Amino acid sequence: MDFLQTLKIALRALRTNKMRSFLTMLGIIIGIAAVIAMMAVGSGARHVISQQISSIGSNIILVLPGSTTSGGLRTGTGGAQTLTSDDVKAIMAECPSVETAAPSTRSSALLVYGNMNWSTVVMGTTPELFTIREWGVVAGRSMEQQDVDSAAKVCLLGQTVAENLFGSSDPVGKIIRIKKIPFTVVGLLDRKGQSPQGQDQDDAVFVPLRTAQRNLVRTQTPNMVGAVMVKARNEELLGKAEAEIKSLLDQRHRITNGKEPDYSTRNLSEILAVAEQSSRAMSLLLGAVASISLIVGGIGIMNIMLVSVTERTREIGIRMAIGARRNDILLQFLTEAVLLTMIGGITGIILGAVGATVVSSLLSWPTLISVESVSIAFIFSAAVGIFFGFYPARKAASLNPIDALRYE
Amino acid sequence: MSDVIALTDIRRVFIMGDQQFAALKGVTFSVSPGEFVAIMGASGSGKSTCMNILGCLDLPTSGRYLLDGVDVGGLPGDKLAEIRNRRLGFVFQGFNLLARTAAVENVELPLIYAGVPARERRTRALAALEMVGLAGKENNHPSQLSGGQQQRVAIARALVNEPAVILADEPTGNLDSSTSEEIMGLFTTLNRQGITIIMVTHEPDVAAYAGRRITFRDGLIIGDTN
Repeated sequence: MDFLQTLKIALRALRTNKMRSFLTMLGIIIGIAAVIAMMAVGSGARHVISQQISSIGSNIILVLPGSTTSGGLRTGTGGAQTLTSDDVKAIMAECPSVETAAPSTRSSALLVYGNMNWSTVVMGTTPELFTIREWGVVAGRSMEQQDVDSAAKVCLLGQTVAENLFGSSDPVGKIIRIKKIPFTVVGLLDRKGQSPQGQDQDDAVFVPLRTAQRNLVRTQTPNMVGAVMVKARNEELLGKAEAEIKSLLDQRHRITNGKEPDYSTRNLSEILAVAEQSSRAMSLLLGAVASISLIVGGIGIMNIMLVSVTERTREIGIRMAIGARRNDILLQFLTEAVLLTMIGGITGIILGAVGATVVSSLLSWPTLISVESVSIAFIFSAAVGIFFGFYPARKAASLNPIDALRYE
Repeated sequence: MSDVIALTDIRRVFIMGDQQFAALKGVTFSVSPGEFVAIMGASGSGKSTCMNILGCLDLPTSGRYLLDGVDVGGLPGDKLAEIRNRRLGFVFQGFNLLARTAAVENVELPLIYAGVPARERRTRALAALEMVGLAGKENNHPSQLSGGQQQRVAIARALVNEPAVILADEPTGNLDSSTSEEIMGLFTTLNRQGITIIMVTHEPDVAAYAGRRITFRDGLIIGDTN
């Protein structure tokens, strides 16, 4: 018997019991919809995380000044200003695994342009920061080493700052006041978006490090820096670079055994790896729920197929009497089961896609429905049909034609 | 001409638990092409068991069965299915048509399993329906047909693959007497066209249509008259 006929017979059988077929499919529909939605939301989450990773820059170690104890109170990380520009130079010169490093100071200030003002973060830094963070300008120029060396009163604006001070007009070449000191805007930075912690990275203004140290930040000694961002040569060298920095700073700051270091290091990739891991755990959980639903749906199909075989015993007998081989009968019932799960699978794929789109529009969270996830879902639903349809189909095929014909 | 059916010392023993029951105790007879044979006997006489063996639905415990010159004994299941499909046509007491399936599609069924292409299938099915006097009813479902018409559809289904023998098991058992006469008239017509028919019945007036009557009792043939 050709396949087209088998398919026709199976479709007819499903149409005969429309409601029952639909209810039988429901388990598969829900399972597949969950798989599709789960994979879409999961890959959306991974996409967001990888975007955030690239927004920070890759292979980055953060070196922060340590805490100090004053009057019995420990002030916590950053409480003391213990890192200097010289430390940064030493890190760049003496740590072979470090590609480059950028110091920064951080302070808040009121920015004024004309009758507009905006309170924001002022970062004093060096040109290396923009290399490390892979952060370019959309207008004007970026920061140059000469700006730092000469402590020039120039600044780069983040997108949010530019919007609030200048609206849509071009800020490059204009003069703004930071803490009442006039600065020339030399460049407008590209949009960075949110940091993994949810901060607006574009709400900042960047000035040369030495300018900040002299004019904007109150420091104990003139070359103090607030934090150092270090880029390792590659991902494998990240841990080695961190160790090199630690041993170098221990030496420079005379931290001997047992003494608490006056700085700390943080590996940003580790933080992101944790975030990614949790999103993967979430995907696994949803996947487990979906597989359970598919198994339950499959058992439902097996159940209904067994009922169907019993109901149609006489039909099986007739078919056998007029020349159906056992394989014809087996294939007929198997096709019916696979058809059930595949129609359920396709419905589930559509439903899952709709669900994912709704989630993404409600949470403004991107969802990606990949060809892979759709084909995996499709193959999986067919596999469920074959697996759970085989036993009932074999039962039908192994009926004795005489008994089947006599069955009332 | 060689025999269409040749049974030699056919025995069939059913084993139920540790009990043995011999339904056929050595049956020998042959049927020539174009014969119309009625197999008679009370219930339990072994006529149904004999019919199942003739129909290749059951295999004898011992003995030899030649159908159209082919020794059926020891053939695998798929081969038996093919023989049922190509060389035998079944007509049952309860019609045994597929419900919710048009008459023409019921008739096409054996051709589907024979692998006949769709267009030829339809032509041959329609021709078979015309032969049994049901032209114009091809799209009716069994529930829309009378008992006699349903049995005609079943006969058309039995005829459609041009079998060597038509096996009819109590074909008039579910029909009233006037419809029975119609159906028997149809069988007679078909037989005159050269089709071999073997029919099981326990009604003497139905058996009277057949040219030859074989009577069973307790698993043995006790009478074979023309």
